[in-house]
Amino acid sequence: MPSEIRTSDGELLSVKLKKVERRRRTTAFLLAAPLLFFIVFAYLIPIFQMLGRSIDNVQMHEFLSDTHDVMQTWDGSEMPGEDVTSIFFYELKGLVEEKNHGKIATRLNYEKGGFTSLIKKTARKLDDFDENANFLDQFIDVHKKWGDIEYWLALKRGTDAYHYRKYLTTFDFEQKYDGSIERIPEKKRINVTLWLRTIFVAAGVTFCCFLLAYPISHLLSVLPTRYSNLLMICVLLPFWTSLLVRTSSWMVLLQKQGVLNDTLVSLGIVADEGRLELMYNMTGTFIAMTQILLPFMVLPLYSVMKTIPPSLMRAATSMGATPFHAFRKIYFPLTYAGISAGSILVFVLSIGYYITPALVGGAKGTLISNRIAYHMQQSLDWSLATAMATVLLIAVLIVYWLYNKIVGIDNMRLG
Amino acid sequence: MNSKKSDFVKFVQVDKSYDGKELVVKGLDLDIAEGEFLTLLGPSGSGKTTTLMMLAGFETPTNGEIYFDGRPINNIPPHKRGIGMVFQNYALFPHLSVFENLAFPLKVRKIDKSEVDERINRTLKMVSLTGFENRMPAQLSGGQQQRVAVARALVFDPKLVLMDEPLGALDKNLRESMQYELKHIHESLGVTVVYVTHDQGEALTMSNRIAVFNDGKVQQLSGPNELYETPVNSFVASFIGENNTFTGTVKEIKSGSAKIETDTGETIIANPIAVKASGDKSKISLRPERVSIDPNEQLENRFTSEIREIIYHGDHTRVRVNLLGNDEFILKVPNASSDLKLNVGDKLDLGWSSHDCRALDY
Repeated sequence: MPSEIRTSDGELLSVKLKKVERRRRTTAFLLAAPLLFFIVFAYLIPIFQMLGRSIDNVQMHEFLSDTHDVMQTWDGSEMPGEDVTSIFFYELKGLVEEKNHGKIATRLNYEKGGFTSLIKKTARKLDDFDENANFLDQFIDVHKKWGDIEYWLALKRGTDAYHYRKYLTTFDFEQKYDGSIERIPEKKRINVTLWLRTIFVAAGVTFCCFLLAYPISHLLSVLPTRYSNLLMICVLLPFWTSLLVRTSSWMVLLQKQGVLNDTLVSLGIVADEGRLELMYNMTGTFIAMTQILLPFMVLPLYSVMKTIPPSLMRAATSMGATPFHAFRKIYFPLTYAGISAGSILVFVLSIGYYITPALVGGAKGTLISNRIAYHMQQSLDWSLATAMATVLLIAVLIVYWLYNKIVGIDNMRLG
Repeated sequence: MNSKKSDFVKFVQVDKSYDGKELVVKGLDLDIAEGEFLTLLGPSGSGKTTTLMMLAGFETPTNGEIYFDGRPINNIPPHKRGIGMVFQNYALFPHLSVFENLAFPLKVRKIDKSEVDERINRTLKMVSLTGFENRMPAQLSGGQQQRVAVARALVFDPKLVLMDEPLGALDKNLRESMQYELKHIHESLGVTVVYVTHDQGEALTMSNRIAVFNDGKVQQLSGPNELYETPVNSFVASFIGENNTFTGTVKEIKSGSAKIETDTGETIIANPIAVKASGDKSKISLRPERVSIDPNEQLENRFTSEIREIIYHGDHTRVRVNLLGNDEFILKVPNASSDLKLNVGDKLDLGWSSHDCRALDY
């Protein structure tokens, strides 16, 4: 019986083997441990924390937990009763004393515009309230917005501990107070356009990179080493230059009074008043991103092409195939692994590209990442920003999943 | 064989240079007969592969003309030449199955489906690979890949098949059995084969004729036994088989024999092949198996040597001796005569006939 096999000193073979191997495995783990530690603490945990923000509203929920609880019994069909308004009054008063009312004002303002001034004005007048009179009337006296039922509905919804409404916003939908989901008015829709544009630009840049990289990579793989090294340096040169510098140089080249337009005008190809709009639109984004991401297509293609022996093409032609036929049936299929690896790299990188579209894209060439940055830095709606980032992350994961299904991740070669 | 052309393939004054400074192939004239198995044999860099590549169309001659079946083919691209080729590392298409690999040349020729199936079956049977149709090349052993490569080069019935060191990547046993197999395929199909190798054993076993290449030139073109027994110059003598060499100067020359004084002052009677007059410098070539030990018959050349090293080889023993100042003189002693007691340092009487000892160019 195999389980009865023992070593010469009488120990069970499986036990002994584990003992001997344990030391080796421990060493291997210890070597990898610092990186693992770094990835978990400096990368994975912050990312998940950040992503959690897209649904997390726990702080608001805790600030106004009693109001939230009592509001659960209110059906929202008419103005809230005294049970709700009184508890809200006392909780708000507590928050004002702790100077936390500013925070809830900001958060509630994401739910409904106008809440900032409403809360601030109410907070100033809280001391004048008569605790024996009708609270709702006194609220309305302080600010007439309290007479609008939507502010109370927004308050109810804004104190939920968790919510998914930011994901609806991400795709230009909104949840009405009755729970129904509708698209937002047409002139306000911006995110879907940006998503579509992002995917279009990513796919387009990937395709342009493929068209440009394929011949270069082939040349690299067949040239003698000393020429191919030189060419490789030219391909990699952009890698050694700061992204910002490269993008700025594209601005110098592409702007209306830039090098390219000046040359075209002086050659008489373009009239002086008809200078081409190459920047602050999609053209600029396309040109700059294609150039910047080209190496990511060249390297995997090159590494795959280098492994294809030239004798395969010779064999195909010796059997009577025209060079084109041999390329289509033999060479091209053998480069699929490189094409897919390069495409997924360029696509994934460009789907989240930020600096270049921000600098040369203008209004018409900005992508979803610019929108995320806007919400992080300007509107400070981090929940929405992280919701968008989560969608972006899921999109990338889907692309990887598809790649693994179709090509297999093991076939990826990056150089 | 009468109806077959003796100049099925013809090289006329073909030169080839890659860099414009050096000629890789120099003034090559070569006729290849229809149905023959011709081997281009030579050390690496001798121009044999370049010659093959020019015939296949992957290299263009710098000068001269190549004719195939009566037509000049210098300006015909490789895919229109209809020449089958087996490559050094097989060059099987890794993404296609064995069947698809074999179907490739047939599909290019737009041969219809049933005919394709039939031809592939027949060819696979010939290389004993029936049942392997759906395997991918990576799932085959080296020998099987080799057979597929051969089958693929033959499946479209080319009149000429080129093979570029096809057995180089196989281990010794497999190589030998493949040699016989290729020879049998050649005999049964009657196809013309041009075969490139640097392995002389392979060349001697398989070929009808062998062209020995060196320095861009054909040194000798003849049948295997002729090549071994009667090399015409010292390169061929030393390249094919084992060879003992003396250098010397011709003192006296008559028809069929020459007296040559070696550098150490002794005189050897040799067969003048490439020496014309007294005073010529010469390299004398002598095969190890043509030397008799303790000769009792009448031999023109008799000398005493001293044993330096004894190497056991199983079926025979190689004895390295010092003879006439040559410390590298090799003898082959069959192990059947094991009664012969050999010890390092012993004196050994050696003799050989003047006919077996060929005075070649220097």
